[in-house]
Amino acid sequence: MYYAVTIATLVTMALALARALLGPSVYDRVLAANMFGTKTVLLLSVIAFLYGRPDFLDLALAYALINFIGVLAVLEFIRRRPETDAVDNGSRH
Amino acid sequence: MALLLDIASWALLSIGGAFVFIGGVGALRMPDLYTRIHAASLTDTMGAVLVIVGIMLQAGLSLAAVKLAAILLFLLLTSPTASNALASAALLAGLRPSGEVAADEEQSK
Amino acid sequence: MIVLFGVFLLSLMVITALAIVRTHHLFVAVILTGIFSLLMAANFFLLDAADVALTEAAIGAGISTVLFLGALALTGEHERANTSNRLLALSVVAVTTLLVIYATFDKPRFGDPLAPVHQHVAPWYLDKTAEAIDIPNVVTAVLGSFRGYDTLGEVFVVFTAGIGVLFLFGARPSHGSGAGAGAARTNTTKPGQGLRHYLIPRVVGRLLIPFIFLFGLYVQFHGDYGPGGGFQAGAIIAAAVILYALLEGEEQALRVLPHKLLIGLMAGGALLYGGVGVAALLLGGNFLDYSVLAADPIVGQHIGILLIEAGVGITVTGVLISVFHAFAGRRRY
Repeated sequence: MYYAVTIATLVTMALALARALLGPSVYDRVLAANMFGTKTVLLLSVIAFLYGRPDFLDLALAYALINFIGVLAVLEFIRRRPETDAVDNGSRH
Repeated sequence: MALLLDIASWALLSIGGAFVFIGGVGALRMPDLYTRIHAASLTDTMGAVLVIVGIMLQAGLSLAAVKLAAILLFLLLTSPTASNALASAALLAGLRPSGEVAADEEQSK
Repeated sequence: MIVLFGVFLLSLMVITALAIVRTHHLFVAVILTGIFSLLMAANFFLLDAADVALTEAAIGAGISTVLFLGALALTGEHERANTSNRLLALSVVAVTTLLVIYATFDKPRFGDPLAPVHQHVAPWYLDKTAEAIDIPNVVTAVLGSFRGYDTLGEVFVVFTAGIGVLFLFGARPSHGSGAGAGAARTNTTKPGQGLRHYLIPRVVGRLLIPFIFLFGLYVQFHGDYGPGGGFQAGAIIAAAVILYALLEGEEQALRVLPHKLLIGLMAGGALLYGGVGVAALLLGGNFLDYSVLAADPIVGQHIGILLIEAGVGITVTGVLISVFHAFAGRRRY
């Protein structure tokens, strides 16, 4: 039964990659990267179970934390982009 | 009892997998950034909860179940927060929810 | 079935790599590089290499993306037009590719137990770990004890990279201007406001930082029993400090962990590693021979591996945080 979930997660990863490649604005790509990250966490958890090695769950936990930090960092650096590069750069606060 | 756990686990894993797939399709097909954020973040969290609870039922009471509970807790906390931060950043940068797709300088790509 | 999953992930990697090469917008390329690292980590995981997968996820997908974005915030975001001779480059690459493909015809089959790589040193390590070192994770035993010299070299490479970046950026905190990008940091700009106006990420982030630290310490000391060790733990702890710096601003993060402390961490970890080696010399054994560190050789091995992994973790943490501050604390003006 784990194979079905693994296949669903892999297909969703491919769809998220398509959004990352297509997305017109940069926020679409960040959304796709975040979704990719959480799907990777799910994939790692299910495959750790499939292999019967529960100590591989540490990787999934580390990955969930790193994904969060990565998305916040990307958003902070988008906010800091120089004025000349961004067309849609709104208020700086 | 074991059969009941198996059936429950199967059901949760299938529904979770379906949610995950629907989220992927939604992120690809929705017309605007904000609708895509809506599709991706809701189904992300819900699908993750269902799949991880389904695996936890199979794990029984062991260290693996504790680790899975920790993963679940962190995903529940961080995934909606990241989506909120993304939507706030997009709104503060000036992207308004509208019918047409907003684009930045990659049009020249 | 697992092979099919691996092949699927590899084909996604090829598509991502093609997209990275073709795009002209470097910000997009950096985000796609993060996705590429994730795919690589998933592949390592499918090949049952958990330590490498953890390191790739922590450093490649997390810290590298942050550092690339920090660099992009300083320079421009559009790729300059390429004026070199493309035909020559294409022909060189094509010839090399054909040679490499021809060379793979002689390789042993994937996972073949009779392949040469499984015949010489690997069975010896697998046998000797149980009797000489007695820890469950053979990877840490090989990394820390059997190949301790190589890991010493790796720690010094990380240390040198940190020094190199700090030289380029001129990390003198009190003087402000440095060699490198020329313009001095102005006093009126506020690069370090952080995500102050985003209330929910701030609250959740502050809630999570102690747990990320705790998890980093768990990964550090759990390296003997499962996937983990100094490199991964250093990256996770550095990620926690980077999260703090993102949420509260770099000045606040520098008040908590000042530059002197970070440089002390960088040097101290490498010194600790070398110090363990010298201590083994002074106690009568060879350099980095941990068996002489305690009365029982196996306990000595455990103490040695614990100390050197701590040294590795301390250096990696110091270097990654210093490099982050060097990139993120400058402005482009």
